Amino acid sequence: MAETNGVLLKVDNLVKHFPVLRGVFQRQVGAVHAVDGITFDIRKGETFGLVGESGCGKSTAGRTILQLYRPTAGKVLFDGIDLTRIRGEELRRMRRRMQMIFQDPYASLNPRMTIQEIISEPLQVHGIGTPQETRERVKELLNIVRLSPDFAPRYPHEFSGGQRQRIGIARALALQPDFIVCDEPISALDVSIQAQVINLLEELQAELGLTYLFIAHDLSMVRHISSRVGVMYLGILAELGDVKELYSNPLHPYTQALLSAVPVPDPVIEEKRSRIILEGDVPSPVNPPSGCRFRTRCPLAVDICKEAVPEFREVRRDHWVACHLVKPEESPRL
Amino acid sequence: MTFTDGRPPILQVKNLVTRFYMPEGVIHAVNGVSFDLGEGETLGVVGESGCGKSVTMLSVMQLIARPPGRIESGEAWFHGKDLLRLSNEEIRHVRGAQMAMVFQDPMTSLNPVLNIQKQVSEPLMLHLGMSKNQARDRVIELLRLVGIPEAEKRLLDYPHQFSGGMRQRVMIAMALACNPQILVADEPTTALDVTIQAQIVDLVKRLRDEIGMSIIWITHDLGVVARLAQRVVVMYAGFIIEEALVKELYANPTHPYTIGLLGSLPKLIEEERRKLTTIQGRPPLLYEKPLICPFAPRCSYAFDRCWQENPPLAEVDTQHRVACWWNVKEGKARNG
Repeated sequence: MAETNGVLLKVDNLVKHFPVLRGVFQRQVGAVHAVDGITFDIRKGETFGLVGESGCGKSTAGRTILQLYRPTAGKVLFDGIDLTRIRGEELRRMRRRMQMIFQDPYASLNPRMTIQEIISEPLQVHGIGTPQETRERVKELLNIVRLSPDFAPRYPHEFSGGQRQRIGIARALALQPDFIVCDEPISALDVSIQAQVINLLEELQAELGLTYLFIAHDLSMVRHISSRVGVMYLGILAELGDVKELYSNPLHPYTQALLSAVPVPDPVIEEKRSRIILEGDVPSPVNPPSGCRFRTRCPLAVDICKEAVPEFREVRRDHWVACHLVKPEESPRL
Repeated sequence: MTFTDGRPPILQVKNLVTRFYMPEGVIHAVNGVSFDLGEGETLGVVGESGCGKSVTMLSVMQLIARPPGRIESGEAWFHGKDLLRLSNEEIRHVRGAQMAMVFQDPMTSLNPVLNIQKQVSEPLMLHLGMSKNQARDRVIELLRLVGIPEAEKRLLDYPHQFSGGMRQRVMIAMALACNPQILVADEPTTALDVTIQAQIVDLVKRLRDEIGMSIIWITHDLGVVARLAQRVVVMYAGFIIEEALVKELYANPTHPYTIGLLGSLPKLIEEERRKLTTIQGRPPLLYEKPLICPFAPRCSYAFDRCWQENPPLAEVDTQHRVACWWNVKEGKARNG
């Protein structure tokens, strides 16, 4: 089923621009460069973490991969099939194998539908099963996400955030997908509930052999759940690598600053840690800076950073970075 | 409690009880909270949504909507005055001038139709009686203090022309306008990205050391508290369930809820992957007056007594207080 070397998903130079329209005639006057050429693989059975700050394009990347947004350019190969080239019935059949879990468990469940209707909707859409089979399947799915099957006739407002997120997970599992995009699945939940959902996702992965794209801004949680991680900044991938390597030896100045900014829940460590405080804000994705996109905030920027776009290249085995200053033998340190 | 340097606390809250009378029932939001804030001290107030951490401080500043809210009992002593007994007129002079608050959402706490100069000068003209020109100079000074570049050029800009991090700086500038002795920050960095959050925390730390104000930092983020606070209170279901100096709390968490909360966090610096510990279930809805330990239904250590009586906050070590009948470390019940 899987492609060679166990790659399930291959994202090749993916681009998504949104038009900026103005005036009575809604003329296009520019474009939001939400995703501007990202390339990475996701291996079968792994969790690939995509991190970055708000507006970096990580959620757009997730949605464009699933073809919820059609890409402006680039390819998405799922099991060898280019999703950007198929449409209609063919795409619909592929969609069964890819699902999504959303950030806000309050907005992503229709309040007028029962849990039974919500979880069985994907089955209905794809015309799978008799009513009797569907009811059985919903019970089974509720069991899988550790909820009581008795919840089926009830409505979303009767459930807490954590329970709702489980319902969203049950819906995503209904069609027995191979691949799930988890878009900030825990950021709306309380701390003690977050761990419950994360543990559930990990258990389901082990039981069902799922592959995850885990999109989040919480770097500690991404480290916990992912095997490999990509760091996005303003529409591009700044760095990509194995989770241990990336967190212990970040090469890109942005990754270094990002990691140093995360507060660690331990006052003794906090006292000793030095912090790199970045100046300023992220520039607008309508008009991204020339050359390296991070140069306007990078304390190490030199002339070349303004003039040339740094190539996203493999500087060590399985460790990719887009920075002019990184060399295989030595990397810049902030 | 007196502090190590022997000075009395600047703020002393005693036995605060706040309830909300809603159509569907009475919500017991704050159930007898007592704490002290030392001069120049940063106190972290930690807990999950609905634990009463914000309502506690809103009550102290008389900022809860009444009705449906009602402060049933309690005292809040600040400079020889009980804040809860002050008239609207009197508390208004305290708020903004001596005690100031920064809220979570910088997008909605600024008035979108007033420019920055008008917003920041309002407390200056109201509380300090400054003229418009005096206020203008002070506004520029404040905006520089909180690190807004080219402050004098941005005076006539409106909130939407600022980024989230810059808006939060404007909020802090407003809060600092009258040199408050206490700054109450309610989740001030929650809506911000980590690099911007680091900027703001850094700024507050610097201002604290320069100006010497006391800070109450309300948050659910145990990382930010570790970075900023000297002492921490942990709240659950409207009670303080643990209180300790920051290092003691993280090194030696004693209430099962605090232990669970710290265990459920993944570590940025972590050698081996481990399964996150979870706290089963979810926080109570607070419709009933809690007569037993409010954490008992979720607690893996709960025994008979926990279901019969609510444990009081009691000292277990120097400056370390816990409300729990069970001694987790020694695996036995506590006396008393």
